Amino acid sequence: MKSLAELEAIRQRTLEKVAMRKEGDDAVRVVVGMATCGIAAGARPVMLKFLEEIQKRNLQNVTVSQTGCIGMCRLEPMLDVIMPGKEKVTYVRVNPDMVPRIVAEHIVNGRPVQEYTIGAAEGE
Amino acid sequence: MRDLSMHVLDIAQNSIKAGASLVTVAFTADESRLLTFSVRDDGCGMTPDFLARVTDPFTTTRTTRKVGLGIPMLKQSAEMAGGTFGIESEVGKGTFIHASFDLNNIDCIPMGDICDSLMTLIVLNPETPDFVFRATAPGKEALFDTRQVREALGGVGLAEPEVVAWIKESIDEEFKPILEVS
Repeated sequence: MKSLAELEAIRQRTLEKVAMRKEGDDAVRVVVGMATCGIAAGARPVMLKFLEEIQKRNLQNVTVSQTGCIGMCRLEPMLDVIMPGKEKVTYVRVNPDMVPRIVAEHIVNGRPVQEYTIGAAEGE
Repeated sequence: MRDLSMHVLDIAQNSIKAGASLVTVAFTADESRLLTFSVRDDGCGMTPDFLARVTDPFTTTRTTRKVGLGIPMLKQSAEMAGGTFGIESEVGKGTFIHASFDLNNIDCIPMGDICDSLMTLIVLNPETPDFVFRATAPGKEALFDTRQVREALGGVGLAEPEVVAWIKESIDEEFKPILEVS
């Protein structure tokens, strides 16, 4: 393993950040479908792109988590963006190139990217 | 599944669903370029009856399923390229699943980015379970253990961005040299 000693410095810095982080209600959740269907369709690079964008923009209030199969395997990779006080938005057939726009327009500026949503896909 | 790394991510998810507290993912490559991949967990395990049917894609149902197409597809990927597949399980003890891949076989699926899959497993399951990743090749060995990381972090979560970056670097550094040549 890489030197565990580096973790001590990371621990100190993170503790400071966690203390500054605002509590609870402005938390944004990104939930990625990670069942067999999601993984086979390419959910992993999408998830990693989210982590990359979150880190790049230093967004402190966004968490990425996983869920199983919700039964619409043909629309995978799928993900939900859940913002406090707003309706859940489901994006479908997501690829990593779509992620920067979702982060910039939806998570940062609060405007869902309509053309990527399940509503747009089902209306085809 | 397009490559082995996707199977790794998918098969380990079964252990998480089985409520495991420790999941060990191991890779062993030998001189003849035979790569063995295994996942061992201490989750709920399977009844002999369920175990007997687990490689059949049509015996699982939506409401009771713990696995889906994942296990049959791993079996297929291994066996179609001259490899082997096996699974052992006991209720209350856990499950051990293993598959081997002959990397010289022209039908063998690509490796894919296994390091990305290992890191994804930790990041998406930052609280539980703990993971041990191990890779061995002739003269080489790599190990990653989240229990050690957790102890060093003393209460700071594994999903914190800086920790994630460290985990990624650490796994890439340790495992890439072994998994890439093999």
